[in-house]
Amino acid sequence: MHMADALLAPAVAATMYVASGTVAGISIHQLKKDDEPQKLPTMAVTAALVFAGQMINYTIPGTGSSGHMCGGMLLSALLGPQAGFLSMIVILAIQCLFFADGGLMALGANIWNMAFYGCFVGYYLIWRPIVRSHWFGEGKAALRGRIIAASIIGCIVTLQFGAFSVVLETSLSGITELPFGAFVALMQPIHLAIGLVEGLITAAVLTFVFESRPELLRDVEAEAGALPAKRSLKAVIAILAVLALVVGGGLSLLASSNPDGLEWALFGNAEEGYAENMGLDEDDFGLSSKAADTAGSIQESTSFLPDYAFADNDTPVGTTVSGIVGSAMVAGVALLICLAGGFFRKKKHS
Amino acid sequence: MNKMEKALHELGEMDDLAARSSPIHDMSATAKLLTTIAYIVTVVSFDKYDLSGLIPLVLWPVLLFQLGGIPVRTCFYKLRIVLPLVMAVGLFNPIFDRAPLLFLGSVAVSGGVVSMLTLMLKGVLCLMASFLLMATTPIDCLCASLRTLRVPKTLVTLLLLTYRYVGVMTEELAIMTDAYHLRAPGQKGIHVSAWGSFLGQLLLRSMDRAQELYASMLLRGYHEHFHYAPVKPFTAKDAAYLAVCLGVFALLRFVPVAALLGGALVR
Repeated sequence: MHMADALLAPAVAATMYVASGTVAGISIHQLKKDDEPQKLPTMAVTAALVFAGQMINYTIPGTGSSGHMCGGMLLSALLGPQAGFLSMIVILAIQCLFFADGGLMALGANIWNMAFYGCFVGYYLIWRPIVRSHWFGEGKAALRGRIIAASIIGCIVTLQFGAFSVVLETSLSGITELPFGAFVALMQPIHLAIGLVEGLITAAVLTFVFESRPELLRDVEAEAGALPAKRSLKAVIAILAVLALVVGGGLSLLASSNPDGLEWALFGNAEEGYAENMGLDEDDFGLSSKAADTAGSIQESTSFLPDYAFADNDTPVGTTVSGIVGSAMVAGVALLICLAGGFFRKKKHS
Repeated sequence: MNKMEKALHELGEMDDLAARSSPIHDMSATAKLLTTIAYIVTVVSFDKYDLSGLIPLVLWPVLLFQLGGIPVRTCFYKLRIVLPLVMAVGLFNPIFDRAPLLFLGSVAVSGGVVSMLTLMLKGVLCLMASFLLMATTPIDCLCASLRTLRVPKTLVTLLLLTYRYVGVMTEELAIMTDAYHLRAPGQKGIHVSAWGSFLGQLLLRSMDRAQELYASMLLRGYHEHFHYAPVKPFTAKDAAYLAVCLGVFALLRFVPVAALLGGALVR
């Protein structure tokens, strides 16, 4: 789910940086307020472990494939949402800087898509309410059941949010011609399956920790002390349902208010006669439509080789030919720089 | 070599590259960080059909590769991660954006093809910029630079500490994975029966180790302040480099240099 820089427009990337930066600022403030200096090495070591742990392949029974662990849920269950969020930021930064997994400019968006949902939504709306609820009854077995349920539900829900955000950010950036609805339909089911697998793996790790050292898990201590649940499971389900409605409603509004890329490419737009153009008559769908005019104007201003003719440089054709020749010259200069660099290095070594 | 050993190798390779000496390596990390961000913003701000406008920006990484003596091969190896996702998104463009944008003789080239190529080039250029930053700047210097740019101390210290422990943890897990596979030959991944215990055991040990680590940090005089690498002063040379880079990026962004160069030749 790591987004590359090329998939985002600067405005969207900046917005996501501001959003993620704000949450990071609040998290740092909260950590300072808690005044637990010994937490920093724990966060670093756990983050390093999660980073490495995400490279382990877990065999999925009955299939030939493998899955990975979900870092956000695991870190927030062990360290809490604020510390988990900051640890995830660092993991994503290292993945981006040293492994080219996600872009530097897209880091804000990646933090939001993976760390924010995984840590804050995953913890406050899923982990804590479920672990503190009376789901499956009382006792250790019930608590184990709640940890498993919280891990699986948490991974599925947070990955769905993350995947939806990827679609939204890419679409708002105007990067892909893939219609919004089709993009959502492509991303969400894939991440549903990934979320389920990641949830099972995360549940297995957290259950192991629960069996060995339950005090390391957040809110499990609270359960041992029989603290009352702050929010009932019904309330959690209600919140999730409202969130789903908001997301679903927003999705349908966006999907219906913008003609998708296929409509645009084939039929111009709705005003040009959607039904009439279904026969794909070239004259009808192309020349007189508003979309074709737009395409024409784009072609005029940014065209790249419209023809082979060497026309006057002021015409679009001339400009385009110039663009190609200029690009070739750039390539030539690049080659020269390489050759010069190689020559001087050899000279230096000899 | 398993996945984790490969990751360790990549980390070591980046560290080695960053420790070299060259005019680019000797530059202040702040100047390099700011120019990298400016470059990436310039690259992604180009219109999706403006392939010819984007091409002159190739020169900047090419120049840096040469001046820094960085092998291009190492950078292209990292493309295996970026390109599939970019391609997955870009490949739909020729399908959905079929409106002819230009003609190569009698062959029409759709807007989708041009936008796909632009997207891929943007992906490659952005990766090159980030790679060059890390291949010419040690992590300590980058962290020190982040502090001068007022990035919170907690986050920077966490980044530095995590980076140090990524190597330790990855090595530990690589050994564990090798040991597991030697005991379970022919098995592709970790069996479902060991899903929890495999990572869980290391997790428990690591949490304890973190407490020991904190104790040792205190014994060595740690008092919520971390000593970074000595910060290279931001000299006039760095300011000039930054100003020239920003000026060139602005020029390439707003002036169709490739078209003008070509035009001059065609005339």
